[in-house]
Amino acid sequence: MLRKRSYFKSKGLAYFLVLPQIIITATFFYWPAIRGIVSSFMRSDPFGLKSTFIWFDNYINLFKDPLYLKSIGITLMFSGSVALLSISCGLFLASMANRALRFTALTRTLLIWPYAVAPAISGILWLFLLHPSYGVVAIWLNRVFGLNWNPLLSSRDAMLMVVLASSWKNISYNFVFFLAGLQAIPKSLIEAAAMDGASPFRRFWSITFPLLSPTMFFVTVMTIIFSFFESFGVIHAVTQGGPGGSTNILVYKVYQDGFIGLNLGSSSAQSVVLMLLIVFITILQFKFVERKVQYTG
Amino acid sequence: MSFKRISLILTLVFVFSFIESAFAKPIEIHWWHAMRGSRGEVVQKIVDDFNKSQSDYKVIATYKGEYDEVLNAAIAAVRAGKQPHIIQVFEVGTQTMMMSGMVYPVYKLMDDYGYKIDWSRYLQPVLSYYVNEDNKLMSMPFNSSTPVMYYNVDMFKKAGIGRLSKEKPITWDELGEITEKIAKLGVKGGLVTAWQSWTQVENYSAIHDLPFATKANGYEGLDVQLTINNDKVVNHIARLKKWMDDGNRFFYGGQKYQGPKSEFIAQNAGVYIDSISAIAKLQSSVKDFEWDIAPLPVESWMAEPQNSIIGGASLWVFNGKKKNEYKGVAAFLKYLANTDVQILWHKETGYFPITLDAYEKLKSEGYYEKYPYQEVGIKQLTRRNPTKSSRGIRLGYFVQIRNIINEELELVWNGKKTAKEALDSAVERSNIKLSEFAKTYK
Amino acid sequence: MVEKTPKLDFFTYVALIIGIVVVGFPILYAIIAATLPLEEVSKVPMPLIPGDQLLVNIKEAWTRGDLGTQLFNSFVMASGITIGKIVVSLFGAFSIVYFDYRFRTLVFATVFCTLMLPVEVRIVPTYEMAANLFGPLQGVWNALGLDSIISWFAGHDIEVNLELSLLDSYAGLILPLTASATCTFLFRQFFLTIPEELCEAAKMDGASPMTFFWKILVPLSKTNIAALVVIEFVYGWNQYLWPLLITTNQKMTTAVIGLQHLIPSPEDPPNWHIAMAGTLLVVLPPVLVVLFMQRWFVKGLVEREK
Repeated sequence: MLRKRSYFKSKGLAYFLVLPQIIITATFFYWPAIRGIVSSFMRSDPFGLKSTFIWFDNYINLFKDPLYLKSIGITLMFSGSVALLSISCGLFLASMANRALRFTALTRTLLIWPYAVAPAISGILWLFLLHPSYGVVAIWLNRVFGLNWNPLLSSRDAMLMVVLASSWKNISYNFVFFLAGLQAIPKSLIEAAAMDGASPFRRFWSITFPLLSPTMFFVTVMTIIFSFFESFGVIHAVTQGGPGGSTNILVYKVYQDGFIGLNLGSSSAQSVVLMLLIVFITILQFKFVERKVQYTG
Repeated sequence: MSFKRISLILTLVFVFSFIESAFAKPIEIHWWHAMRGSRGEVVQKIVDDFNKSQSDYKVIATYKGEYDEVLNAAIAAVRAGKQPHIIQVFEVGTQTMMMSGMVYPVYKLMDDYGYKIDWSRYLQPVLSYYVNEDNKLMSMPFNSSTPVMYYNVDMFKKAGIGRLSKEKPITWDELGEITEKIAKLGVKGGLVTAWQSWTQVENYSAIHDLPFATKANGYEGLDVQLTINNDKVVNHIARLKKWMDDGNRFFYGGQKYQGPKSEFIAQNAGVYIDSISAIAKLQSSVKDFEWDIAPLPVESWMAEPQNSIIGGASLWVFNGKKKNEYKGVAAFLKYLANTDVQILWHKETGYFPITLDAYEKLKSEGYYEKYPYQEVGIKQLTRRNPTKSSRGIRLGYFVQIRNIINEELELVWNGKKTAKEALDSAVERSNIKLSEFAKTYK
Repeated sequence: MVEKTPKLDFFTYVALIIGIVVVGFPILYAIIAATLPLEEVSKVPMPLIPGDQLLVNIKEAWTRGDLGTQLFNSFVMASGITIGKIVVSLFGAFSIVYFDYRFRTLVFATVFCTLMLPVEVRIVPTYEMAANLFGPLQGVWNALGLDSIISWFAGHDIEVNLELSLLDSYAGLILPLTASATCTFLFRQFFLTIPEELCEAAKMDGASPMTFFWKILVPLSKTNIAALVVIEFVYGWNQYLWPLLITTNQKMTTAVIGLQHLIPSPEDPPNWHIAMAGTLLVVLPPVLVVLFMQRWFVKGLVEREK
């Protein structure tokens, strides 16, 4: 940590300046988080009139519940698919855009805009394309591939639908990062390799790809976080976790159990599990970022 | 961004609310409901009429979203001490409300404010859903429905099947033959059902006098367990799955988009099981074929089928309000049960008229001769006195339990589980929820 | 010099065009749907030739979905979150970097801990909190039985209700979402890269801390602020779970939520053309912001990584 010698001495002003941040963080972050942790150790009725302290019962029940374990699996599969799809497409398009010497700005413009589309809306757009009875893509899948496309009933189709809707929105985000990463790679390196007679593909794998790895790591983390949380909108707008709970990802389950099922204890316990997970990912990332700082000198 | 608000937070302004001195303006009564679209308009009309009919009270009805959203909003409001006077809660939320400790029971409210009501003049199978263990009415039934069987008369003709009786139910075996014939016409499927847990498990159990859960379906205690994995229900679900597998005699219409109703309207299905409240929609949107209604099918071994059970919602009164306001609440609930109001409600929405007076008046006006299908639900609901298994279902976390049943049934439909496995798992999963709920109130 | 690879170049452009078309397809299709009348949109498959009904459909979506109100709400929410976050973070980062006080590190650590935690994971308690900000205080009040004491003094019944519900209010839509450390963290990073001489010089001239802040620090941070404006505006506009819970009043809900009501339910005729026209309206503002401020936005996004 690089420490700056401070210059201004007025303590009162310093506290005053940081006060809004502290108040907001305390009110809307720490207080609810603490409350959440407390109620995850409670069994309480929906109206919050009766609460009993039950230690880790909520957690034990959670991990005994096959459905919760299934939901973890679903979440991992969902995030993994979204990451794979959106990162590979993003990287591919970015390297193409980086190769193309002309129209770079135009290309970027045409590929960047889905970033601004809300997940819920991208869900609606894809629902319209993949609607079993009149979605144009669904009809095409049925006719060309002879699939019996039915996201109402088939877990696979429903999962595919939410993965597509979530990945689509994320491609542009990843594209921006990869393009920036690619453009930061010194041209001289590439040219030197070209003189040594390395083919474009060879160059990509042996030079570009390793140099991109920090970006890759960052993008992967961000995509996973996105698909863990932001994708709530997609699920809520398109499948509501169905069919048969096959798209019920963890964050949707928190909502479903807490706000529809009114089971606050279990819902809070699930929130705490998610918090721990995020903290873990954050620590991982910062460890890595520190390494990266040394690496870039 | 209202800076006023923030300065409020910062300065901690105390809000003093003094006991209202007698102002000359009407006392406001708040009612949160989940009636959207045309139903919402009818609700508003009823409220406006009530407000015009007297000058002491003004009812303010607010649409707060879907059923679960209304309940959530109410819970948040209770926690903040700002609950409305009346809230509409769907039937699966009954136990949650009963156990909440926040309710002013309707029978008591009416008593306290001097309304002598002859409860025997109400549709008993509806009341029985909302009574406590002493047979006292806890909430005011408002929009009640029951599932019936719709069928496409033209399609039946093509398949060489005549009209069905409006009183005597056909058997499931007969329905099997019907679906077979209809599937041969080359349509997408014979039978489609909405609300599968409610129609194919809850109502199936009630009609065949099979307990849905122990302790009289949860009426007699909290330590309840589901009993829906009995042979009869398992066989029923397995049969539907078999129909699904052999040539489109049954197909799944989903829960949300594309729904079963639109399949029936698009003539993709010949038979369609849904709530009587679908009548209004079919009346307005079916133009190209004739449809009719029959009671739900029964098994051939059930000579004397029981009544079906209700769905829909009832009105709960929250406690913690002022006496003069409750007076208005009581007056309004009384008004809702007026014959003319009930008749309007029934005609506009398809929901039951809740009083026998309204029902008899409709009869004497010849309404049911004109629309005979409107009577199928009532007759099915009142054909026998309710037993412990057909009175209703009262479970904690019922919303989640229904969700579990829906999930497990979907797994049967898509071939991941057998009927037996799915129902066993539904019972096992629901029992965990039920014991959780029971512990909450110990 | 890199070798010439005409084949690969050709492939590059073809791949890019295909990529752009595929990525653009969902919205293109939505635009076409939004220009068609109902009978065209309900055809299976829907024709790909645009119709002339765009304005009619947009009007219909506007009135049916009450989009005017909802877009305004979205705008207030997105701007509120953007401005709130940036202002709070600028002050916070300034305090953390340029002042020396005992709890500085602690303050930074507490703020920093919130960096990655999205609102979704603390949704239940945050909701309870928003339903009644003074809930905890009311508990204390009741426990002390202060009501009866006050009533005794006043000589008649008085109830003190400490309550301030954020449900169905702009404050409720905005405040809880400004509790995030991302911007503070970024500004801190940026301030640390500013040469110390600037601050020294300002002090020599006898500038007060706030003068230094307004005259030097804020102008230097312009690009970062611009980048964050884009990112936070899009973030705010696209919020879903929180507004879904905190608004029950149709007049207070945001456009992204309100749009759900335009999706044809099984009960309605398949009015996808209206739904798609509404979708275009709701998507447009953040897309325009991103496109017009692309340069800063990309810079800002990439900066976040550092």
